[in-house]
Amino acid sequence: MAGGGELRGSPPVGLASLPAQFPDKAIKGISMDLALLTGVEVVYAIASLFLISVGLAIVFGMMGVINFAHGEFLMLGGFAFILAVRAGVNFWVAMFVVAPLCVAIIGVIIERLIIRHLYGRIVETILATWGLSLLLIGLASAVFGYYQLGVRPPFGVVHIGAYQTGVYTFFVIGVAVVLGLGLYFLLRHTPFGLIARGTMQSAPMAAALGVNVKHVYSITFGIGAAVSGLAGAVFAPLTGVLPISGLTYIAKAFITVILGGALPLTGAALSSALLGTVSQITTFLSTSVFGEVMLLVTAIVLLRVLPSGITGRFFKRGI
Amino acid sequence: MIELARPGFWITAVTAAVLVLIIPLVTEVYTLYNLTVFAVLAMLALSLGLVWGIGGILALGQSAFFGIGAYVYALISVNLADSTLAVPAAMLAPLLVAVLIGYFTFFGRISDVYFAVISLTIPLILLSLINSASGPAYQFGKAHLGGYNGIPGVPPLNIPFDPSAVLSFEGMYYVSALLLLLVYLILRVLVASRFGRVVEAVRENELRAELLGYDARYYKLGVFCIGAAIAGLAGALYAAWGASVGPTVFSLSFTAQAVVWVLFGGLGTLLGPIVGCFLVQGLSTWLGSVSRISPEIALGLLFIIAVLLVPNGIVPSLRDRLKSTFVRGGRI
Repeated sequence: MAGGGELRGSPPVGLASLPAQFPDKAIKGISMDLALLTGVEVVYAIASLFLISVGLAIVFGMMGVINFAHGEFLMLGGFAFILAVRAGVNFWVAMFVVAPLCVAIIGVIIERLIIRHLYGRIVETILATWGLSLLLIGLASAVFGYYQLGVRPPFGVVHIGAYQTGVYTFFVIGVAVVLGLGLYFLLRHTPFGLIARGTMQSAPMAAALGVNVKHVYSITFGIGAAVSGLAGAVFAPLTGVLPISGLTYIAKAFITVILGGALPLTGAALSSALLGTVSQITTFLSTSVFGEVMLLVTAIVLLRVLPSGITGRFFKRGI
Repeated sequence: MIELARPGFWITAVTAAVLVLIIPLVTEVYTLYNLTVFAVLAMLALSLGLVWGIGGILALGQSAFFGIGAYVYALISVNLADSTLAVPAAMLAPLLVAVLIGYFTFFGRISDVYFAVISLTIPLILLSLINSASGPAYQFGKAHLGGYNGIPGVPPLNIPFDPSAVLSFEGMYYVSALLLLLVYLILRVLVASRFGRVVEAVRENELRAELLGYDARYYKLGVFCIGAAIAGLAGALYAAWGASVGPTVFSLSFTAQAVVWVLFGGLGTLLGPIVGCFLVQGLSTWLGSVSRISPEIALGLLFIIAVLLVPNGIVPSLRDRLKSTFVRGGRI
């Protein structure tokens, strides 16, 4: 075979593979509980889209770098988290410290070795990071093997009338909200945020004012990588981790960022809200595969109307 | 038709044809088997080389058309037990998909980089669709999409309108290699034609071409559709060669391979993608037989090296070297 056969053994992971007990489709009539559960599922879909795409959005929006190895950053975050938990590290320390830190370090090294040589050459960056993505998948499968690693998600289930869903669902939503607010604060109200936004607007002007632009890019890339690592760790208890896990995120993450447009935070949040709602409702009416297809198709059709994304047309004054 | 008047064109055509006919006499069966699939894959590389190198359209998901061609060929030839109609259908279906995608992207004036990412999501959409397409709902006549496992028992090519005259193993080689040569020559004529020149003008500067009165959208769409049809033909040959087709044709690493061939061989030429494909595939077949390095690691490294160290590709670099050698009087 000339093609990579590595997608065999891919777990059928997707946003819909929650521990939540999905109600039987045969149930007719909309009860209050069902409506409430659907609402939770939609919010969860939005939160998870935001989580998987915001790291990419920061790197793309602030630096103009399209990082094709983004999915692998999520994968590495997942591995760092699970291996740390298995080595006896506290669950929360592993998720909020170990995973982001590991991926941030890897990200900074990659920025030094590859990305830095290609600033301003978007096409070359796409190609080099795509090569990097394949390389990381190859290395991960050589080091960790093709086993699906997993840990049990904490918390139990919560009952919504006749239905139940995992408490972890609400935890993921909480992480997305806190992360979004934290990034907003970082970019809007700290000296670093000011410098980073200034560099994003005009790198030569920032350099003329004495900012070390390379340094800012390096830190920004590191932050993007850390956020991706955190997201990978958050999803690891739900989906498990494989060397090819990144591939399940990559298309959704990219299409969300592109539909979002130029502003990293506002764009990622708005397009997550739109696409998450569409895909979750489609999933509810058919299957999760069609939900995902609907997400991509919606984005392509919307880009016909808004070629530079949502924030290219609306909400231009956000971050 | 300027190209047809050049002696160089005919010299290339005859030399390559003789080479294609001689190779089976001097090689082993296993090499011939490999060369057949290399020729088929080189046709995919050529289609991407046309769309990306000549047209400047970053169609990273070009393999989607290859996969659609392969699946359409499989579905039709299994049902009819005859490849006569299956091959043109395998070219037509990707062409129609390309028109649809082109409408949403070129006519939406989506920028190059965004197009690249959208193009790349197409094989990924198809991958998840096909992977889940198992069960009785996906039965088309005698053929079954088969989800993960793909379609087995795809009939080989046969002489048109004579299903009993199936091509032999060597016949498949001749058909694939000669079709590759034919497509290459047709594209050379096309690139040198008026249409080809406008396409290159649009690649160089879209605004300027439009100010000169050419509607860039139609030229982009045209070259994109031609590329899709060629990729579909390659897909049909691939399904016929392997006697089966599976969802891996839509995988990300398969489309990455096509990009590596073109990048490595050289953007902007038609010969480059073919050379790149033969070199990279030959190398990875050899690596697979002598070592245990995983193909992803090799492909990934090659990718990064190609971008950072050989940004122009092999064929343009060699051509420049040759030119300067000849011009400066034979000194290297």
